[in-house]
Amino acid sequence: MRSVIAKPVAAAIVVFARAITAVRAIWPNDGIPEGQCVYFANHSSHGDFILVWAVLPPRLRRRTRPVAGAEYWLKSSINRFIGRDVFDAVLIERDREKRARDPIEVMAEVVDSGSSLILFPEGTRNQTDAQLLPFKSGLFHLASSRPDLQLVPVWINNLNRVMPKGEIVPIPLICTVTFGNAMRIEAGESKENFLDRARTALLDLSPKHPGGNE
Amino acid sequence: MNAANSDLWTLVLGIFTLLVVSSAIGYLLQQRLPTGKSNAAIENLNARIKAWWIMVILIGLAFLAGRIGVLLLFGFCSFAALREFITLTDTKRADHWALAAAFFVVLPLQYWLLWERQYGIFSIFIPVYAFLLMPIISVLRGDTERFLIRIAEVQWALMICVFCASHVPALLTLTIPGYEGRNVLLIAFLVIIVQLSDVLQYVWGKLFGRTKIAPSLSPSKTVEGFVGGVASATLIGAALWWITPFTPFQAGVMAFVITMMGFLGGLVMSAIKRDRGVKDWGHLIEGHGGLIDRLDSVIFSAPIFFHIVRYWWSAT
Repeated sequence: MRSVIAKPVAAAIVVFARAITAVRAIWPNDGIPEGQCVYFANHSSHGDFILVWAVLPPRLRRRTRPVAGAEYWLKSSINRFIGRDVFDAVLIERDREKRARDPIEVMAEVVDSGSSLILFPEGTRNQTDAQLLPFKSGLFHLASSRPDLQLVPVWINNLNRVMPKGEIVPIPLICTVTFGNAMRIEAGESKENFLDRARTALLDLSPKHPGGNE
Repeated sequence: MNAANSDLWTLVLGIFTLLVVSSAIGYLLQQRLPTGKSNAAIENLNARIKAWWIMVILIGLAFLAGRIGVLLLFGFCSFAALREFITLTDTKRADHWALAAAFFVVLPLQYWLLWERQYGIFSIFIPVYAFLLMPIISVLRGDTERFLIRIAEVQWALMICVFCASHVPALLTLTIPGYEGRNVLLIAFLVIIVQLSDVLQYVWGKLFGRTKIAPSLSPSKTVEGFVGGVASATLIGAALWWITPFTPFQAGVMAFVITMMGFLGGLVMSAIKRDRGVKDWGHLIEGHGGLIDRLDSVIFSAPIFFHIVRYWWSAT
């Protein structure tokens, strides 16, 4: 039953997101990064992964799973249904004290099974005025345990204006999702160096003008 | 078949022929290029022709569906235009409810008033009620930073994208003695003149353009293109008098007013784009940029055209 309605629900959510945001992908000059990837994106709204998911070509979308916090997506039965059944999210436990499994282990296992991931390295939704929060170390640990992984920076623009924190009605605004060129961790690269490089690669994709989508 | 229908079909046939001819020209130009070469101007031309096909088909379908179809089509245009406009403004979180009201209350109400033929409230709803209520909604959140700029931006977006644009379908509400059941042809007249004037200005400019007319706003517009485009669109307007309630001379004057307003409206909208640092309003229509890029001249000429027709021709 759940899996039967999960597909139409996913399609309906994507259609709704497109109707509100007219979302458009901007691909890097080298074209759409093919093969298995970890897409790492800025995070300001619960809808972020839906936009990334919506603009990926179907062949890539089918095997792409968002990484999300278990606390939020297991909170209620509707969250559980959307998180697990509709979007097949990889749920990780963020609370170091209480968690049963190491998130890096969980993500690596999913990567080994051939899936691509959508990851938000800030670790939480950015509700400050800063463009991007400092990265948590998760991206680094995942990259060092699977050094061949392609890491693709993805900038999601304007979605934070569509639905700011605490609002329930979305404002229709045009959103863009900008993909950068794939990067990899270098042999022996330090954590600070790598995270700094990844964060700069992501920030380079952000628009120069606040409302602009050029 | 009545006269309105046969005129509409003659018009459709004419537009169809025009599009087939331009598609053929676009195709031949593409074929004449040496293989492997590409030309930006020709690619742009072909993208534009493709977009015109889509526009003509959409407007044709709306006409077939009648008043409800036309209202839905322009209601959607207002929605997409408002979305493009608000995207480029610097609104803040405190404007959230005002913006939600603009999209989900003001816009549908404006078109619903047209459906109900409530001309009185239709013509003042946005300039008076939305104008006063939107800043009230914003001010209740207590954020005064750039307040005047923020509320002015939202009001401008509503005036341009909803109020002005809704005057195109409003042409259907006019009662013109001797012209009953043919109002849809007034919309066709307005849209055809505006679009042809844009194209003709572009063509005249490409052929004879020397002197820039507004270098800091629109570097591609030239005096020669402007004069040639306005003159030829005015003549075509006069030649289309048979689809309007006007005499040939009146139709020419109307076409002149429409093209002038369209040209000046294009300049105003270019200035807004320059101010916001973008080249196009969006990417909705391939080869045309955003929806507002195509609608800007219609938006400026529609209310003026509507009121001239209403004042001198309409019985209501």
